[in-house]
Amino acid sequence: MTSTPDSLIRQGFGATSRSDTWWLKPLLTFGGLGAFVVYSTWAAFQAEHYHSGPYLSPFYSPELFGDSTHAWFGPKPSWWPGMIPWSPAFLILWAPGGFRLTCYYYRGAYYKSFWADPPACSVAEPRKSYRGENSLPLILQNIHRYFLYIALMFIVFLAHDTWKAMWFENAGTKSFGIGVGTIVLMLNVVFLGGYTFGCHSLRHLVGGFMNRLSKHPVRQKVYSCVSCLNKRHQVWAWCSLFWVGFSDFYVRMCSMGNWSDWRLF
Amino acid sequence: MTRATFSIWRGDRGGGRFEDYQTDVSAGMVVLDAVHQVQAESAGDMAVRWNCKSGKCGSCSAEVNGMPKLMCMTRIDDLDLSQPVKIEPIKAFPLLKDLVTDVSWNYAVKKRIKKFKPRTPDASDGTWRISQQDVDRVQEFRKCIECFLCQDVCHVLREHNKHDEFIGPRFFVYTAALDMHPLDVEDRLEDLKKTDGIGYCNITKCCTVVCPENITITDNAIIPLKERVVDRFYDPLRLLWRKMMGK
Repeated sequence: MTSTPDSLIRQGFGATSRSDTWWLKPLLTFGGLGAFVVYSTWAAFQAEHYHSGPYLSPFYSPELFGDSTHAWFGPKPSWWPGMIPWSPAFLILWAPGGFRLTCYYYRGAYYKSFWADPPACSVAEPRKSYRGENSLPLILQNIHRYFLYIALMFIVFLAHDTWKAMWFENAGTKSFGIGVGTIVLMLNVVFLGGYTFGCHSLRHLVGGFMNRLSKHPVRQKVYSCVSCLNKRHQVWAWCSLFWVGFSDFYVRMCSMGNWSDWRLF
Repeated sequence: MTRATFSIWRGDRGGGRFEDYQTDVSAGMVVLDAVHQVQAESAGDMAVRWNCKSGKCGSCSAEVNGMPKLMCMTRIDDLDLSQPVKIEPIKAFPLLKDLVTDVSWNYAVKKRIKKFKPRTPDASDGTWRISQQDVDRVQEFRKCIECFLCQDVCHVLREHNKHDEFIGPRFFVYTAALDMHPLDVEDRLEDLKKTDGIGYCNITKCCTVVCPENITITDNAIIPLKERVVDRFYDPLRLLWRKMMGK
């Protein structure tokens, strides 16, 4: 029998008795979310190569003002301040960004990987003070449901984009077809739909707030569907995050002429 | 039969140390078996709380290689025996001796949560009618064995010692079991926000990870309660509506 003097409560950032690779998951999360934030910011600032043929990048959809044929209200508005760089993405990206930022899954993920609050389960934190989501600024996370309302509208816009991505212009006439880009944008709607319709706030709003759902069979069915998606919310969150970035990248590559879009029929 | 080393915390509130004990382990043993073997062979005065040895009493909570676990449900063959297996008491509560902590704070917290308050009976004979579908939702929460591993791993208690302002995951599960019950009519939302400290939870899901009963604590209990608190206190349109309606 040997003995080692030690402190029971481990102090200092990262102190833990865990012997597994506890740092790997927060590191991967940091890398994944960080890469997405860097790429999406870069893509939003480009203000070009965001459309190709019938395809519109989801980072720029809905294109309220812009130079492409997808724009709802014409070119860049005259009221846009000259000192601020212009991109159609600036008008809309705050909404899906806010939805993900206030999402219950992402909150837990980035509190761990970006704030080390805590870095991982039963691993010591770098700071002593803690206010949680009780006070500003994090108390604002409680407005998640308002971002959800907007995100639900975006699903409709993106589904409409997919429909438009099935109509290819050829010699002045539009004909129905499916290209690889159509599939890419369609999958984007599927993944974003799986993520949005599995939202914890939606689960509450469609029925979670009630204790006697059996009195409302339709509501109960909807609640069951949302709950089903909610069980894999993390998977939907990552699939949709990756795919929305890839969708922009695909459209960008086609627009720049680096990739040719294959027409399946 | 394999010879394994167990580094076990020995001490009390005044201080202590990890002591290494070697003992033979075989297939099918759990950590609690090894601790009992060490107790029998070389540390007769080692304090360890246990009862059922089948993961149902919640007594033998400890930290095995840094993760909160029930010792009776942690199989030896799942551990890396090339290194000493570190066994410590849970950290969110005061240490009594060796692997035993004083978890009485939890019982005091439980007493202050508003009790079950059923609606008026549905039938004249004083009975109620409940749909199985409605009560299914809270059945999951009733699996809790009060091992307090979720309390131990929660950084709000473990790291920040917010015991005076935060009731912890176990009691959010308890509150959810009451608040979501189809018969219950008690209002616990103000308590959840003001005295129970639900806003301190930052959804790290560590409580769900360590739960030996696999209760989906964060997704099915805490977040739904957070959303109910949002309904009452943070949703601006609902606040406006209630103001207009004079509620």
